Amino acid sequence: MDLITQNIPALIVVTPLVMGLLTGIFGRKAAGWWMAMGTTSAVLAMAVQLLVNVLNSGTLQVTYQMGNWPAPFGIVYVVDPLNASVLTVVALIGAVVTLFARKSTLNEVPQDRAHFFWAIWQFCMVGLLGITITGDAFNLYVLLEISSLSTYTLVAMGKGRDRRALTAAINYVVLGSIGACFYLLGIAYLYMVTGSLNIADIHHILTTKVYPTWATDAPLYHKTVVAGFAFMAVGLSLKLALFPLHTWLPNAYTYAPSAVSALLASTATKVGAYAFIRVLYSLVGIDFAFSHLHTDQVLLVCAGLAIVVGSAMAIRQQNVKKLLAYSSIGQIGYICMGFALANQDGLTASVIHIFNHALTKGGMFMALGCVAYRVGGTRLEHLRGLGRQMPWTMAAFTAGGMGLIGVPLTAGFVSKWYLVSGAIGAGQVLWAGVVLVGSILALIYTWRCVEAIYFGQRAEGAPVVREAPLTMLVPTLLLAGASVYFGIDTRTTTEIAGTAARFLLGATP
Amino acid sequence: MQLVLDYYNYWVCIILMMVGFYGVMAKTNLVKKAISLGLFQTGILVFYITIGKIEGGTAPVNVAAKGGEVIYTNPLPHALMLTAIVVGVATLAVAMAIVVNIRQTYGTVDEHDIHLLEHEMPD
Repeated sequence: MDLITQNIPALIVVTPLVMGLLTGIFGRKAAGWWMAMGTTSAVLAMAVQLLVNVLNSGTLQVTYQMGNWPAPFGIVYVVDPLNASVLTVVALIGAVVTLFARKSTLNEVPQDRAHFFWAIWQFCMVGLLGITITGDAFNLYVLLEISSLSTYTLVAMGKGRDRRALTAAINYVVLGSIGACFYLLGIAYLYMVTGSLNIADIHHILTTKVYPTWATDAPLYHKTVVAGFAFMAVGLSLKLALFPLHTWLPNAYTYAPSAVSALLASTATKVGAYAFIRVLYSLVGIDFAFSHLHTDQVLLVCAGLAIVVGSAMAIRQQNVKKLLAYSSIGQIGYICMGFALANQDGLTASVIHIFNHALTKGGMFMALGCVAYRVGGTRLEHLRGLGRQMPWTMAAFTAGGMGLIGVPLTAGFVSKWYLVSGAIGAGQVLWAGVVLVGSILALIYTWRCVEAIYFGQRAEGAPVVREAPLTMLVPTLLLAGASVYFGIDTRTTTEIAGTAARFLLGATP
Repeated sequence: MQLVLDYYNYWVCIILMMVGFYGVMAKTNLVKKAISLGLFQTGILVFYITIGKIEGGTAPVNVAAKGGEVIYTNPLPHALMLTAIVVGVATLAVAMAIVVNIRQTYGTVDEHDIHLLEHEMPD
């Protein structure tokens, strides 16, 4: 038992990797889902245990050395309050969506290849969890590519329902690979300067040996560090779909199988946002990125545009999945705005919104999965009049919509509250206004759906549909319920997010 | 001219990357796009190798036997690039698999034609 508890940071990544391989070989028929479910449950248990361990440890940090190689030479996994909470989000969503996906994928994924689907599903978890936990910049690149490669494949598996999944996937391959290559190039520049790949070590060398020389007559490596950071920032912005680099996202989420959309929308871009926070706060440091280079101004403008343009584009969509995808672009804007403000409230808002938006969007995409399962489509006319025929599913969808607007007593309200107070605290009243404009736009697109659901009529002669099967309905309601619960009882989430924000701001001298 | 000759290896990286990047952006044929992506990645591989190289450096193998002060090339970028090559191959394989599927369902690998076909489909 000790062997397991001591090695949790490694096992959380290794378990899905090994199980994914086994699933690819032995997971034919129903076995594939059971193996994926077992893995994701185990990962969830480990993630929660890690979060508890980290919060109870005095230093708020747990370091794990791979193969006992000490820090700058070997790869270390570093768990602090920030990535422990992101790990928990990924693991939680992974487990809940896997539960949902058994029935959902029956119609949407060719069943003779289901074992490959579940194998890749677990590889995607490997990548996402690995990016979050690793303390090594190059290791992060490798895991970024593992998650991306499996994501491309998962998106392309939607081809049975709509062949546009394939073109969405190839678009994603091209842009995702360019993003990853930029990140890789960025590491090369920083490696040239520091000779290290360990995130903490690079930060230490930069702050003690490189930055101080810039105030003197002989500045060292100024252009190299700036170029490296610029490449990394652009590469990661592509990965997290920050406006104007979001173009791969809408089609990928729309034409992927429902379960894949739910998983990706609530984890993949969030992990990208986490990686960006890590690069800004723990790798180059915000003194360099924000005070010296003023990247925060660029980020704030991009985030503000993401909120306005993403939400406005969502309003004109006829396909509700695409509507939610555009809304995701807006929500990523909120997360980026939070960490660009670089104060306690803003960073708290960012971390809390990673969690809250994962619950909200995950629940909504799963509700749409239920609709696709029963009705066969996710266009606005398919939702019309469903309020009476699938009351629970539609209640979950509406609760999620409320969360996107940020109605009080939903989780979305909590994050927006912190974001607005963070913006005002930083003297950026304009951006607080943009958040409110985003809420009004969210109100419009949510209302379009709600109107169709509760006031629309089913088309003449359309067959009466039943409520979604329990194995799909329960996970959907679970996430929708959680998004309301964490809007009412905000103590746990705000405390953990606040600790993470304090840790990040304190760790940067 | 001196700038070009002194840093010719860096120029090779830049040219490789930009040729690849141009292909990714400008070519409408998806196969050419995927190949350009590979070229772009190769540019980065060469860049890594070149930053590890020291003039006159040898391989860091059996350094003790060579005696005295031995200048050797940094082996770490090479090790990193072995991983990156594998990643690049996997990316190319996934891209090609998707392109094959696109050819089967759309009957073309030209982005322009695909766009016209998709234009007629409802959202």
